[in-house]
Amino acid sequence: MRYLPKSPVERQEMLAAIGAKSVDELFSSIPDRYRLREALKLPGPLSEAEVIQYFKERAAENSVGYTSFLGAGVYNHLRSVVTDAILQRGEFLTSYTPYQAEITQGTLQAIFEFQTLMCQLTGQEVANASMYDGSTATTEAVLMAERLTGRRRVLVAHSVHPEYRDVLKTYAKNSGLLVEEVPYAADGRLDTKALRAALKEDVAAVVAQSPNFFGVIEPVAALADIAHGTGAMLVVAVAEAVSLGAVRPPAEADIVAMEAQSFGLAPSYGGPFAGVIASRDKYVRQMPGRLAGQTTDTEGRRGFVLTLATREQHIRREKATSNICTNQALCALAATVHLTLLGKEGLREMAQQNISKAHFALAELLKIPSVRRAFDAPFFNEFTIKLPRSVKLVNAQLLREKIVGPFVLGTAYPELTKHALVCVTETTTRSEIERFARALKQALDQPV
Amino acid sequence: MAYPAQYRYTKEHEWIDLKGDVATVGITDYAQHELGDVVFVELPKVGSKTVAGKSFGTVESVKAVSEIYSPVAGEVIEVNNALQDAPEKINTDPHGAAWLIRIRVANPAEIASLMDAAAYEAYIADKTKEASA
Repeated sequence: MRYLPKSPVERQEMLAAIGAKSVDELFSSIPDRYRLREALKLPGPLSEAEVIQYFKERAAENSVGYTSFLGAGVYNHLRSVVTDAILQRGEFLTSYTPYQAEITQGTLQAIFEFQTLMCQLTGQEVANASMYDGSTATTEAVLMAERLTGRRRVLVAHSVHPEYRDVLKTYAKNSGLLVEEVPYAADGRLDTKALRAALKEDVAAVVAQSPNFFGVIEPVAALADIAHGTGAMLVVAVAEAVSLGAVRPPAEADIVAMEAQSFGLAPSYGGPFAGVIASRDKYVRQMPGRLAGQTTDTEGRRGFVLTLATREQHIRREKATSNICTNQALCALAATVHLTLLGKEGLREMAQQNISKAHFALAELLKIPSVRRAFDAPFFNEFTIKLPRSVKLVNAQLLREKIVGPFVLGTAYPELTKHALVCVTETTTRSEIERFARALKQALDQPV
Repeated sequence: MAYPAQYRYTKEHEWIDLKGDVATVGITDYAQHELGDVVFVELPKVGSKTVAGKSFGTVESVKAVSEIYSPVAGEVIEVNNALQDAPEKINTDPHGAAWLIRIRVANPAEIASLMDAAAYEAYIADKTKEASA
C-alpha cells in the first residue's frame, strides 16, 4: 500500500466531491479555540547533504566504549547484521498491515513463523504478533482472563515489572477491574501463602513474571495449581525471552505475555519492541488481535492468510477484543530472523552463557565484603544485591569508569533502598565483569 | 424459506416461539443469509438472566461477529449445545434445529409488542429494497 501526497488540483477535486469549499470548512465542526491557527513550528526542509550531516552529528553524540550492567526489562544481546539486512528490505520495511493475502505472502509467512516459534518457546498452543510490548501484552492477557472467567478481581505479583503493573493499572482505572498486589517472599519469589489468602472465587487471574523483576525464576507449575484451585487463570509474563532457551517453558500458564525484544531488537530508546500473547487453542476467540494462518490455495499450493480478524476493531468497533493493539510485523520479523539464525542449539547456548556469566558475576561481586545477595532463589541473568550505600551514588562513580551501573531498585521499590539489580548477558566478557567488580569495590571503599 | 406463523420476530432478526412461559429463541433465515457461513456460536450459561433488547451471545461468520439480542426478559433454562460442533446448522435450519436458547419468560405478555410473520416479512422486504436502491 502506498501513501502518495496529493497535488493542490487533486485536493480541490476531493473537496468538490464531498461538497466542501475548503479544507478549513472541512474542519469547521472543531471548536475554534482548539484549532491551530499558526503554522507548525518546524524547521525548514534540508538538502540531502544537510540531512546526512545532521545524522552524523547526532550519531557522534552516542556514547561508545561503555559496558552495561543494566537490564530491568530491556536487554543487551548479540544481534546479527543478517537481521538488519532483511529488515531493511522495502517489501518488509515500508509495507502496511497485511490485509490482502494476495499481495503480502512474505509478511504473512513471517508472522506465521513467528507465531509458531512463540508457541514452541512458551509451551502454548496459539500465539500472535499483535501486541506492542510485554506490558500491553500482560494487560491484554488479564483482560482476556476477565472475559473468560466473568470475574473482575486480579492478583498481580509485586515482583512483576513495575512498568507492566503501571500499564495494567492505567487500563484498569476506568474499566472497573480491581487490581491487587501480592507481596514477594524473603527469597524473592511470589509469597504463595499471601497468594492463597488473597485468592477467592472472584479472582479472574493471578499474574506472575518469570524470571521476575528481581531476576528470580518463579515456580510456574505450583502457581498454576494454586490459581486453578479457585477457578482463576494464571497469566505468566516473560520480560527476558532468552531465558526460555534454558528455563522450563511456562506451559502450565493459561496465558503467556511476553516481551520479544531480546530476540534481535536493539534496546534503542526503549522501543519499538514486540509483544507476544500466547494461550490455549480453546481461548483463541478471546485473544486480542489477529492470527496469520497457513492454508492451501485453489491449486493446492501452500499459502498464508490472515484469520480470525472478525473480532478486531475495524469490524467489531467498541465490542472488539482489543482497541489497543496492532500488527507488530516488522519487530516480529526481526525476532523470527534472529531465532532462525540462532536455531534451537544456538538459543540454548546463548541462554546457558547468560546463566554462567551472571553466576560468575555474582560470585565476583560477593567477594567484596560489604556486598550481600538479597534473594536466594534461582535466577537467570539478573540478580539482586544489597550495597552498604546508595546505588545512585555508586552508579555515578561507575559511570566515570565507563560502566553503566545496575538498576536502582529503590526507585520502584521504596523498601529496597541500597538494592541493585545487576544484569549480565552473553555480550559481557569476563574481563568486563572483573573490571566492574574492581570499580564497585573502589566506589564502596571511598569515604562518603 | 418460510417464516413460521406461530413465531414472533424482532427488528434485530431474532425469532421467538413461546409455549406457556417457555420461549425458544433463534435467528431468522434473513439474518443467517446476511451473515454468511456461520463458524462459531457463543451462548450464555444456563441460569443466566436475559434482558429484552440486550445481547446474550454472538454468532460468528467468516466475515463478521454479530450480537444476538434477547427478545424478552427471563432466565436461560437450556442452550443448544449441538451448535458448538455444528454451527453451520444455523445456515441450513435457522428456524428449527438451530434454535439457540430456551428462556423461562418473566412476562409472557411482553412478546405482544414483537412483529408477527407477516409484519416481519414486510419489514425485511423493505430492507432488501433499501439495500438494492
